[in-house]
Amino acid sequence: MQSLSGQRGSSAAGLALNNEQSTTSERAEMRADLKGLDTAALMANVMNDMYPDEHGRFGPFGGRYVPETLVPALDRLEAGVKRYLRDPDFLKEFHAELSSWVGRPTALTHARELSRRWGADIWLKREDLAHTGAHKINNSIGQVLLAKRLGAKRVIAETGAGQHGVASAAACARVGLPCVVYMGAVDMERQAPNVGRMKLLGATVMPVTSGDKTLRAAVDEALRDWVSDPNGTYYCLGSAIGPHPYPYIVRELQSVIGREAREQMLKATGVLPDIAIACVGGGSNAIGLFHPFVKDRSVQLLGLEAGGLGTGLGQNAASLAYGKPGVLQGCYSLLLQDDDGQIQETHSVSAGLDYPGVGPEHALLQTIGRVRYEAATDAEALDALAEVCAAEGILPAIESSHAFAGAKRWAKQNPGKRVLIGLSGRGDKDMPTLQRTLLKGVL
Amino acid sequence: MLPRDTISAAINAARAKGQPAIVAFMTGGFPDRISFAKHLHAVADAADVVEIGVPFTDPMADGTTIQRSSRAALAAGTTLKWILAELGAQTPKPKAPILLMSYLNPLLAFGLDELPQAAAKAGVSGFIIPDLPFEESADMRAALEPVGLALVQLVTPVTPPERLAMLCKASQGFVYAVTMTGTTGKNVDLPEEVVEYMQRVKAVSPLPVCAGFGIRSRKQVERMGPAVDGVVVGSALVEVLERGEDPAAFLRGLKAS
Ligand SMILES: Cc1ncc(COP(=O)(O)O)c(C=O)c1O
Repeated sequence: MQSLSGQRGSSAAGLALNNEQSTTSERAEMRADLKGLDTAALMANVMNDMYPDEHGRFGPFGGRYVPETLVPALDRLEAGVKRYLRDPDFLKEFHAELSSWVGRPTALTHARELSRRWGADIWLKREDLAHTGAHKINNSIGQVLLAKRLGAKRVIAETGAGQHGVASAAACARVGLPCVVYMGAVDMERQAPNVGRMKLLGATVMPVTSGDKTLRAAVDEALRDWVSDPNGTYYCLGSAIGPHPYPYIVRELQSVIGREAREQMLKATGVLPDIAIACVGGGSNAIGLFHPFVKDRSVQLLGLEAGGLGTGLGQNAASLAYGKPGVLQGCYSLLLQDDDGQIQETHSVSAGLDYPGVGPEHALLQTIGRVRYEAATDAEALDALAEVCAAEGILPAIESSHAFAGAKRWAKQNPGKRVLIGLSGRGDKDMPTLQRTLLKGVL
Repeated sequence: MLPRDTISAAINAARAKGQPAIVAFMTGGFPDRISFAKHLHAVADAADVVEIGVPFTDPMADGTTIQRSSRAALAAGTTLKWILAELGAQTPKPKAPILLMSYLNPLLAFGLDELPQAAAKAGVSGFIIPDLPFEESADMRAALEPVGLALVQLVTPVTPPERLAMLCKASQGFVYAVTMTGTTGKNVDLPEEVVEYMQRVKAVSPLPVCAGFGIRSRKQVERMGPAVDGVVVGSALVEVLERGEDPAAFLRGLKAS
């Protein structure tokens, strides 16, 4: 395979559109509202694979809002991405690791009992079966291989649910680089099993007690670490967020999910699904599932954010539903913030979705209407988790359970349709939370 | 004189007296909103330029001291609107030119259409925006230009030579030369390389150059002094205010007698 996605075109017409777009994006970049965007032109650019553009933007979103100290490091990273993400030797090594170490391709499972219960044809893309138990490993092994080529002396990562931390620790052990993982103190408690795993895999876990003590604070601390050693340290960012080129790197490395699922669906059913559904925290598993389907206009795409306890400010982590445009942690996207531009604390029962921002490409896909995003509450996600356990013999991560909750809702309204669900990870890590919720009084 | 030129003029005037200018940083609304104005005047009397930090929930370029003062200021209800209103209400005006140091998001939320006028009216001479690299700054520069407010560029020890020259040319007010790779507030010893790096910045900068991050003591000021036009003192001053000590005495103590 010559490219990771095999589908970046650059027709003359596309380039013309792109130039037009970059002018619009420069004008729109600093706005705190989205009035006056030409969504038809943005949609055409998406269909022509024009994003990210040369400014690292997805339409008005994205960009690179970082301290000056990190600019040369991001320039080097961008040069490395251009050089290696299409390089046959690099791709050979990456794909060999994906198949022999990660265990790809992951299975596509027909969910027979859920199909019967929900009245639709339900298929699961099983990222829970990937090594270390979630989709995060696709990104981590790719980035750590890149870090090695770029001559990094150490790797740092942030983690919420601990899955990206575990995946990065494992990838670093495999490749032979030291690894430091920043994790919020709140998350260390609710995802305790993953803390031990990271330590066993040789990583140093740095508890973060600043800010909200969850994923956002962990990203802030990782950025502070990187600012202190921009030359020797590689920052392995775990979701489709952050400054350019991270949202692009993460999409490219995660698109393996959607590419495999698309082929597997065609092989198993002869047709594409009617809808593909994934949960959205920063948005890496969702963009990985969606990206290879974006041009299949017959396939609806649905992202599920964390609806938490309800719709009030601070009660959820649904940035696409309730956010306003702004700049956080290196990129311009939709953010949960107050009128003064201060970032809101969020709530979700799932550590991996508990983040006040979202990847810039999702902000664009929502703006142009190519992907629809909804929220599933804590309670809906936990109910779905229990149902998937009983029906299919699979314990999904609480994050992934949000996708199941959304799928159930959609299936009931669209009987007989074919539904592809991104099962982003397994729920073993969630036992401390499940003991306090579903299993309360049971054990 | 345009507001932004008052900054260079104040630094050059201090430098002309044989001492590096003192650029003093204080978090807006800290240690509390009531005493902020009193401290501001004291600091503006003792320093040559004053930077006022607009508190933000996610100060990614800042160390623990400024994280702490930002959190306290936010908890006390400090906003950019309040800071501008407080500055605008001062009679007499603080004696030194004032810059706002703010992460981008509070400025975006205020609105780029209203911000330049509102800031100019409040007596602000310019902005330092640590998460707005030059490549993303076209709109901000265009917004500030008509009212003559400065957008100060930062340079760092890892800035490549060509970029260093470009940033020094693009800067307004002064060039903010970050002493080290890292966040604010550390205690840096200043090895010979740092002095050499400051000399490299000076050599290509048409504007005065001020060294900042980790400057806390008279010894450091004396060491940096000959290589630069000014020094920025931030976390150390915030800690003085935190301890309830006299900020003016601290700032005067930084200059050789
Ligand atoms: C299993 C699982 N799914 C989803 C997520 C959310 O991240 P993203 O939106 O980047 O896929 C996480 C994050 O930790 C996760 O562990």
